[in-house]
Amino acid sequence: MYASIAFYIIAFITLLSAFLVVSARNPVHSVLFLILTFFSSAGLFLLLGAEFLAMILMVVYVGAVAVLFLFVVMMLDVDFAELRQGFLSYLPLGGLIALALVAEILVAIVGRELGSGSSLINQQDAANTQLIGQVLYTDHVLLFQLSGLILLAAMIGAIVLTLRHRDGVRRQNIASQVGRRAEDAVELKDVEPGRGISR
Amino acid sequence: MIDHSHFLAVSAIMFTIGVFGIFINRKNIIVIMMSVELILLAVNINLVTFASKWGDITGEVFVLLTLTVAAAEAAVGLAILVTYFRNRGSISVEDVNLMKG
Amino acid sequence: MLSFVVLFPLLGAMLAGIFAYRGSKLPAQMISTILVGCAMVMSFVLFFTLGDAEVTKVTLFRFIEVGDIDASWVLRLDLLSAVMLVVVTTVSFLVHLYSFGYMADDDDRAKFFSYLSLFTFAMLSLVTADNFLQMFFGWEGVGLASYLLIGFYYKKESANAAAMKAFVVNRVGDVGYALGIFLAAMTFGSISFDNMFAKLSDPSFVDAGFMFLGINWPLLELMGVLLFIGAMGKSAQLLLHTWLPDAMEGPTPVSALIHAATMVTAGVFLVCRMSPLYELTDFASGLMTFVGATTCLYAATVALAQNDIKRVIAFSTCSQLGYMFFAAGVGAYQVAMFHLFTHAFFKALLFLGAGSVIHAMHHQQDMRSMGGLRKILPHTYAMMLIGTIAITGLGIPGTPIGFAGFFSKDAVIEVAHAASGTMSGYAFWVGIMAAFLTALYSWRLIFMTFHGEYRMDKHDYEHAHEAPRVMLIPLYLLAFGAVFAGILTKGIFFGHGDDMMNIWDGIVAGGISLIDEAHEVAYWVKVAPFVVSVAGLLVAWNYYMRHPKDVQRWIDDFPLLHRIFTNKWYFDELYQHLFVNSLHRLGMFFRNSFEVSVDRFGPDGIGNIMMQLSGRFSSLQSGFLFHYALAMICGVVLLLGLAIYLAMSGISS
Repeated sequence: MYASIAFYIIAFITLLSAFLVVSARNPVHSVLFLILTFFSSAGLFLLLGAEFLAMILMVVYVGAVAVLFLFVVMMLDVDFAELRQGFLSYLPLGGLIALALVAEILVAIVGRELGSGSSLINQQDAANTQLIGQVLYTDHVLLFQLSGLILLAAMIGAIVLTLRHRDGVRRQNIASQVGRRAEDAVELKDVEPGRGISR
Repeated sequence: MIDHSHFLAVSAIMFTIGVFGIFINRKNIIVIMMSVELILLAVNINLVTFASKWGDITGEVFVLLTLTVAAAEAAVGLAILVTYFRNRGSISVEDVNLMKG
Repeated sequence: MLSFVVLFPLLGAMLAGIFAYRGSKLPAQMISTILVGCAMVMSFVLFFTLGDAEVTKVTLFRFIEVGDIDASWVLRLDLLSAVMLVVVTTVSFLVHLYSFGYMADDDDRAKFFSYLSLFTFAMLSLVTADNFLQMFFGWEGVGLASYLLIGFYYKKESANAAAMKAFVVNRVGDVGYALGIFLAAMTFGSISFDNMFAKLSDPSFVDAGFMFLGINWPLLELMGVLLFIGAMGKSAQLLLHTWLPDAMEGPTPVSALIHAATMVTAGVFLVCRMSPLYELTDFASGLMTFVGATTCLYAATVALAQNDIKRVIAFSTCSQLGYMFFAAGVGAYQVAMFHLFTHAFFKALLFLGAGSVIHAMHHQQDMRSMGGLRKILPHTYAMMLIGTIAITGLGIPGTPIGFAGFFSKDAVIEVAHAASGTMSGYAFWVGIMAAFLTALYSWRLIFMTFHGEYRMDKHDYEHAHEAPRVMLIPLYLLAFGAVFAGILTKGIFFGHGDDMMNIWDGIVAGGISLIDEAHEVAYWVKVAPFVVSVAGLLVAWNYYMRHPKDVQRWIDDFPLLHRIFTNKWYFDELYQHLFVNSLHRLGMFFRNSFEVSVDRFGPDGIGNIMMQLSGRFSSLQSGFLFHYALAMICGVVLLLGLAIYLAMSGISS
């Protein structure tokens, strides 16, 4: 009973904030609503018995992705009002298609009682995290390695894209400083009396 | 417990909101990317729901991969965005039509 | 360890290829040579640790699984493949080593080493094959490597043409081989050797027929003939031999590796591997005996009249392969393998020696402008002499002392005499004659190249020089093989009854009783090969050392015979007229008639329409992201709607 009530509240918050993400005027608000959406989705995950993923969702999405968005939004000096032009003119067509889509999907889902599931996950003694750990490093180790590679590629890609070499910036070159020898730096000359130094 | 189809419905609506967001914010690429995140989140909810339904932990493992891909996508996408902004001084996608055939 | 033997050369080929691409030469040469050297050491270990009649298999991975066909990548090690492993890796390693010196001036030598290693890999996967598909892979792999290596001097037009010729002629044989494989797969429901041999013991197959074109073909005979056609192509037997002399356009180490010791023996290996099949087929074996013996004689006659030092050896290879085939044809597969084994050593030795001569003479290959090289190239001369003694089979009859060819060639001739097949009498006499001719042309080569007066111009003579040590060491090692390979392995290939039974049981079918009979042949049969080869030596000495002018008189007396021999019995010209020209005319006919009518409206017309249509469609691509997204989502909505509609109507009905 409590679970049902919790589900309806969380689902409502999720959908409402998701809608606000796409319709908010200020992108900063959008990002904040996105964070809220992630939080409440984590709640849904908990209801489904996926505790580990709920935690991961919070850490990865809220902690990293959403904050990344926030950074970019606040860092770039963009006239967001201009970007919202035409918002209303797209609304009818977009809304129509969206309604058609959601109607179709709901027709497909509703009316089929899937049942609350005799979840094997919940019946086993081991905790959800432990279960994932048991398969992640054994059966799905290639998948795991693959995710690592994807992250590595993304990291390198992001660095390559944003890295800028500026010309005309003076940097310290320690190797050349250390490698400097007296012969290179000091020149000894015999100065004849009365003539001064001339070349 | 709650019927699993309810979770699927939530996921379906969230997916549609994501698609809808792409349409109505067609100039603002940041919001488009957030909409993509929503779509991926909807997919994740679907995966977790079925993992719970069939009692198969593989679904949850796959969510991990989706999360990775989503994070990578966000990072690369935002990097592209920053570069684009640096070059053009704007992030309006309406100007981006280099793919024109 | 077996998989390392096979895969090391592949690794070497890839690494050398990478180095070649990056332009560094020495690392590519070193790494491929060292890896092949490791493979050689390991294959010797495998050979000596192999128990009697032992068959080991190493499964690498599953390759194809379709219906009944289940082809795994399995390496098979038994005595047959172990012998081949030793031969292939040893010769390959020595050729790698030799190429350090021979190719030292070539800018593409890194690529050359990469190809050599690639060839070695393909050859090793051929000989370790456990099913037809794997063997076919190696078969085509060596074909490819051979093509690359023959055409290695790709700026030379004749080298390109020779590479192409080798490739095309081999394809003709491969059609037969592939059809043989199809037939075997169809008949036995599997392409694995073990399964096939197991089913062959079922007598119902012996008389089985195969309906094709309304004729009932004897199944096993057909299979045997088809597989033999494949072997003919690879091993340059008569009718499909024309590519081998032309293949001498490649660098000489290639000729030694591919066209003497390894690839051309693949056909013999195939036949020996298929021994359970050929034990049951009289016609196919008879054909093999006939073709082998005829090639043996034919190639020996042609070798007599060639002046290019490499071509003489090439035809000599052809002839020796003929010996192997008729040994296998009369049923003594072990003896065929014996000759293959010893031949690899002395023929590679001869080729590498010839390469050393060519190297010294600045790529002069014509023997008429050599002569007297004995003093300049003493080491090469000694090695060539050993190779020639080995190939002519000198030894002391009745004692177990002699050079490699003495044992194996005599064994071939003795089994041909002991055998009772239809063709074995013919094979025996041809073998004796060819032994005489072998001695004649081999000594002719030695006398023309190393003895007599200097016939080259003075400039070349002064610049001629002995090969560097890196080229001589392989010669010494091969000479060791050419001297002792026969004595040391005689017991394995040509031993006595029960020992042979233990060693070869389950690996090669038949042959044992025949070999036992061959030990008991009359004394004159045992001595005959020795006598004729000494006679050959004396005749050669008489004509090319004592009375060189008499040779010209002979040529003048029998001009027709000389012309036929020099022009290789006009096979090339015959093929040119029979196949090449007629096909060319057919092609021109199609080009003139069809290209203007059918092609213009058919393929070309459709192509033009597509070009116009695609021009219109491409304007649909606006380049805006959301247009694509919109189209995609509309599609999803429609598809989902359709799916729901179908599901609903499915429920209601």
